[in-house]
Amino acid sequence: MPITQKNPQTHPSSDKRFRMLAATMKRYQYASDALIEVLHQAQELFGYLEEDLLLYIAHGLKLPPSRVYGVATFYHFFSLKQKGAHTCVVCMGTACYVKGAANLLTTLEQQYQVQAGDTTSNNQLSLVTARCLGACGIAPAVVVDGNVEGHQTAESVIHRVEECLHHGS
Amino acid sequence: MDLKELKAIATREHQKQDKTCIRCCTVGGCLSANGLAVKENLEEAINEAGLGGKVDVSGVGCMGLCSKGPLVRVDPTGTLYDRVTPDNAWGIVASLPKQMDRQSSPRIMPSQYQPNNHPFFTRQLKIVLENSGKIDPERIEEYIAADGYQGLYRVLREMNPESVIETISRSGLRGRGGGGYPTGLKWETVAKAQSDRKFIICNADEGDPGAFMDRSVLESDPHRILEGMAIAAYAVGASQGYIYVRGEYPVAINHLQKAIRQAKRLGLLGSQIFESPFDFKIELRIGAGAFVCGEETALMASIEGKRGIPHPRPPYPAESGLWGYPTLINNVETFANVPTIIRKGSDWFSQIGTEKSKGTKVFSLAGKVCNTGLIEVPMGTTLQQIVQEMGDGVPDGGQAKAVQTGGPSGGCIPTKMFDTPVDYESLSKLGSIMGSGGAIVMDETTNMVDVARFFMEFCMDESCGKCIPCRAGTVQLYQLLTKIREGKSSLADLEKLEALCDMVKQTSLCGLGRSAPNPVISTLHHFRGEYLALIPNHHSV
Repeated sequence: MPITQKNPQTHPSSDKRFRMLAATMKRYQYASDALIEVLHQAQELFGYLEEDLLLYIAHGLKLPPSRVYGVATFYHFFSLKQKGAHTCVVCMGTACYVKGAANLLTTLEQQYQVQAGDTTSNNQLSLVTARCLGACGIAPAVVVDGNVEGHQTAESVIHRVEECLHHGS
Repeated sequence: MDLKELKAIATREHQKQDKTCIRCCTVGGCLSANGLAVKENLEEAINEAGLGGKVDVSGVGCMGLCSKGPLVRVDPTGTLYDRVTPDNAWGIVASLPKQMDRQSSPRIMPSQYQPNNHPFFTRQLKIVLENSGKIDPERIEEYIAADGYQGLYRVLREMNPESVIETISRSGLRGRGGGGYPTGLKWETVAKAQSDRKFIICNADEGDPGAFMDRSVLESDPHRILEGMAIAAYAVGASQGYIYVRGEYPVAINHLQKAIRQAKRLGLLGSQIFESPFDFKIELRIGAGAFVCGEETALMASIEGKRGIPHPRPPYPAESGLWGYPTLINNVETFANVPTIIRKGSDWFSQIGTEKSKGTKVFSLAGKVCNTGLIEVPMGTTLQQIVQEMGDGVPDGGQAKAVQTGGPSGGCIPTKMFDTPVDYESLSKLGSIMGSGGAIVMDETTNMVDVARFFMEFCMDESCGKCIPCRAGTVQLYQLLTKIREGKSSLADLEKLEALCDMVKQTSLCGLGRSAPNPVISTLHHFRGEYLALIPNHHSV
């Protein structure tokens, strides 16, 4: 359904997350330079940025959709695809790399039949790589559902991910 | 707020600090290693022992020895415990000096690394990290008790902007983000720019893989950055500041937000600070994961809500920066040095370090080394001292082969050059750079062609795509390195690799592309044999 330019605050669906997003845009006075802040908030609310959402933001901040799409795809942090129920981030920073992060990643890829950057076909696990978490002191590090785990081995990381998949956290 | 009130807060804190205090690291690596549960159990153990009110338990920032976390220190004795588990809490409480004879739980042995006897600590000289691991980063009162915001008071009430810049220039402080540009000179340029609006930016987009100094400073001592920025703002005539911090650092973001709120509440940020006509506001901008945004013009584009794409300089940000206004942009560590320089004077600062590189440098020591973590050493310390003495060498009796500094923009320094004193000039002479301060130790099992390829893959992914040498050159370099790694190359490929490195270095638009070939060039220079070993039949050609 098209969103009318006249009232960018309202969204045809009754989803209240759109109202929260509208409040964020209002707080930044619909300034176009708040685009990245608004995208951060949108991703936090919705989990990922689908096209409809990007259009809604474009209308709200009075920006061409191309600009919003350009920014959303430029930064690694923003995801245009739905993520799995659980996420495992493998740090590929230098310290982790030297200590065998590539091996952790291959193990995870093989175990769950998923490529880095993708989600398993049952939507349970997203496997992601990060540039550097700044946790070099405890390399190699992974983040499983938001919890940083240091000094990982192939066995310990599989164990940790299994725990998440079966017990929630 | 005036000096009297500031001192009153400090006095109140000092009185509290007289009693025994158990300090737990609750940031960075220790937080990931369950540091928060350790703190909670210690609080419980203290209450069970009936010591509530007599012994304080507080969460502090990074103590440096991250690989041995979670760390707990008992003050005032300074006894350090490492690899503490939540169950150890009762043992630590039983080991408190006045509890010794009670023996309610088995005592815990202190760490073999004690702040007063292990080279990891004794070789350090802390300026930037002076409060890290000592104060609770979430309480402004503790920063004030550690002489915080006194530098700002002195600047606003006793100095004019020119003399502030003069002090910074004379101290010899140089940009800690990697380039080493004299800080005083940069400030002077912005101060001289004619404009009714100016901006201050703190570059906390620490993107170099293997570097976590800025993260630690922001998490452990956020007020130091706010004070440094406010002093800089006064010196150059700005009234608005931005901190551009990586989205990957949630704890740092949280501590900064808290710090800004607290400083505003006490009138140390906002309007008419210390009852002077000086107004200063700071806003946070959260990065969204793009390495190129560490480049200053790309970072400013990102603050403006655009794609992080650099533009050619000149004009430099000092003339035309954020939204076209003169902008001062400095790194976290640079700002962190400022309050201490103002408080202790430029002469004190300039006697530390080497002839051209003054002060200290924070390194994040990581990779194949026993003690990984954060160290702050005077400029001119040798790599030998850093790796062998402070880092205790390679684990399991291995041999160090090289140290990589400067991340994807730097290079690898071989063991035979470990006696070089570390400063800006000596590192660039060796084909590396100081960079932001990541120091990754590599041992005999690390293949240098792999390392070069690893960094090239990084630069290839992170290239913003604006200029062709970087966009296409990094891809070509990566493919050549892959070909060499797979043993399918010839000597001609090696020549092509060298020529391409030179081309990308000379013709790229911004620092990312210009420095992307550095890891290849430096490994080719110091470890050519490893490349040749991968070329089939090279000796017969």
